[in-house]
Amino acid sequence: MTLIALPILLPFMLIIVLVFIRSTFYAKIIGVIGSALLFLVSVYLLILVSHNEMLVLQVGGWEAPYGISLVVDYLSSLMLLAASFIVFAVSIYAYRFVKAKRGFSMFFIFFFALTMGVNGAFISGDVFNLYVWFEVMMLSSFVLITMGAKKEQLEGGIKYLTLNLIASLLFLAGLGLLYGKTGTLNMAHLAQILNNDQQSILMNTSAMLFFIAFGIKTAIFPLFFWLPASYHTANITVTSLFAGILTKVGVYTLIRFFTLFFVQNGYFWHNLLLISAGFTMVIGGMAASIQYDTRRILSYHIISQIGYMIMGLGIYTPLAIAGAIFFTIHNMVAKTNTFLIMGIIKKIKGTFYLKDLGGLFKEKPFLAILFVISAFALAGIPPLSGFFAKFILIKAGIEDKHYLIIAVAVLTSMLTLYSMIKIWNQAFLRVQPSKTKVDERVKVAVFDYLPSALLALGSLMLGILAAQFFDLTLLAAKQLLDPGIYVEAVLNTMK
Amino acid sequence: MEILLSALTGLLYAGGVFLILRRSILKFIIGIIFLSNATNLLVFLSAGIVHGKPAFLDGVESDSGKLADPLPQALVLTAIVIGFGIVIFTLALKYKFFITTSTNDLDQLKNTDV
Amino acid sequence: MNSVILQIATRYLKVLFLSFACIAVIRGHNYPGGGFIGGLLAALYIVYSSLAFSVQQIRRQLKVKPQYYIGLGLLCALLSFMPSLVSGAPLMKGIWFTIDSSIIGKIKLGSPLLFDFGVFFTVMGVTLLFLFTLSNHK
Repeated sequence: MTLIALPILLPFMLIIVLVFIRSTFYAKIIGVIGSALLFLVSVYLLILVSHNEMLVLQVGGWEAPYGISLVVDYLSSLMLLAASFIVFAVSIYAYRFVKAKRGFSMFFIFFFALTMGVNGAFISGDVFNLYVWFEVMMLSSFVLITMGAKKEQLEGGIKYLTLNLIASLLFLAGLGLLYGKTGTLNMAHLAQILNNDQQSILMNTSAMLFFIAFGIKTAIFPLFFWLPASYHTANITVTSLFAGILTKVGVYTLIRFFTLFFVQNGYFWHNLLLISAGFTMVIGGMAASIQYDTRRILSYHIISQIGYMIMGLGIYTPLAIAGAIFFTIHNMVAKTNTFLIMGIIKKIKGTFYLKDLGGLFKEKPFLAILFVISAFALAGIPPLSGFFAKFILIKAGIEDKHYLIIAVAVLTSMLTLYSMIKIWNQAFLRVQPSKTKVDERVKVAVFDYLPSALLALGSLMLGILAAQFFDLTLLAAKQLLDPGIYVEAVLNTMK
Repeated sequence: MEILLSALTGLLYAGGVFLILRRSILKFIIGIIFLSNATNLLVFLSAGIVHGKPAFLDGVESDSGKLADPLPQALVLTAIVIGFGIVIFTLALKYKFFITTSTNDLDQLKNTDV
Repeated sequence: MNSVILQIATRYLKVLFLSFACIAVIRGHNYPGGGFIGGLLAALYIVYSSLAFSVQQIRRQLKVKPQYYIGLGLLCALLSFMPSLVSGAPLMKGIWFTIDSSIIGKIKLGSPLLFDFGVFFTVMGVTLLFLFTLSNHK
């Protein structure tokens, strides 16, 4: 089962190769081919998981509670698949949209370090190992977000760094307290101990520290302020990668922790999750509707959509968690795509500001189609993926009688639709304002549209194959709600 | 010893929070160092201190109370290394920021929040 | 700084520093030491000699860029996974073998040692990269 480690080892090998390669041309080729390979590996892992239920690797042959376990279940493999799909699309996009001073290998080294951290976080079965992968992810994201080193990027970078650093310190503190109380950090062993333990008071301190730490990473309601302050300053390629992947790693860890071992005291936690989910949705949506910089609209929008995922976790039925996973993956694909399209618009028109944009529907009809697909998928228009994601969540909420949060979710959908229509009206439909100076020499090649078209296709496929995909997420949810399977698989593997 | 170290942890947290809320970026970085050291101490302490006992004994199957637990030290060591990297990165960022804007004031960071 | 004593002393201390770093790496598996400490010691020598001469001069003398040390270190770490893969053991399992030489007695070699050398080069490279980057502008 060494194959499980491949999503970590492959980026690692690519980093080594890229360190020794100085030529921009070869770096680009290796970047794209490497991420394509990564995508194939994660497809294969999903196929393996659908045959074997759960894949476990005890690293170094040290048995489970003592060594580090790498575990791939349905949730991990679905997240891996979505993440590597986005990594693949963004690596093609970087080909034309990154202007790296010291050559491309620098960019791709940190790009793959980020990918390694993200993949490691998805497959790790040990809390401390998860912390290490979070740090790998965070350090490379620091470098990527300050790439270019202009004044804005440094400003955004400092804000991003501060709050993420505090988050990881809280994570470490929570982890230390958890170890002090249970004497183990293996997730399966923790689940075994904590599921048979009624002393929830002791656990609540570290559960709360973890909640705040992941809350900052995930950008949920009272803790999201770093995201809109920093995402619009970075290079658009980096922003789209972050928008697609980083906050969703936080969602993944919240789902993992609060289904696997922080399960005592459920009433308190689920209500807390639902309350913060509601506020996250509404405040993100409202803040998005008053912005005029497209990147900031979409940044607030990320926050608003995070609310839906947390809502699924808060309702805590198999259907709701399946909905949350469905929503997360749909959102990763569609959200990245809207950012990629904004990058293309910036290239054509030279600006991100809605007030200066216009006339794109006539000039670039294909771009308009791509935008419609991803924006309306986000808003939840029926044949597209977002509709099914929201439908599952709302159905789960009604079945479990959470009417208030459902009302909030539907209302937020309207806000989403409003801000998407705002971009559509201002950038695409109306006539170009005469005062905008457009550089006519800029040519957009067909190649620029390729990653965006790829993601739009993914979004469409998620809508068309929604039933099959929903079955997968439901399997993932059932697996999550029965921690016994996870414990059994990890603690009883004798290889 | 544990009481003393716990008090030190609290002091470091308090100092770190105080320094992080200052306007100067350099003091802010010192605050981050304080906080990360406080967290390392917390992890170290929460597993309990066993005084003067080895972590491993050859061939002796003794009960766990008499042995020191080596894992928290390994965790703290890793965390220190990570903290080292982050602090260096923060310093480099601050340096670069000072070169481009020639200011040490966090209040000057409001230009992108329009 | 321009001290003749320090400059000459650095030349002779080179052997001491680097051999101590190597010893720290090799004994690290069973005793205090290891790749991280060894790497820091080796980097310390270069920091020390850049105090005696100047950072630019040392940078020129070093010939190999610090990035390549990091690459070499990562490569060593990757290679240390290979024995476990080839022998079919779980990934990263330490594989040891003993060389029985008549001159210096039994030597135990294994993949964790290679990993330690990987850490050694990476830490050295990273520290040097920090040093050179932060002292770039005057």
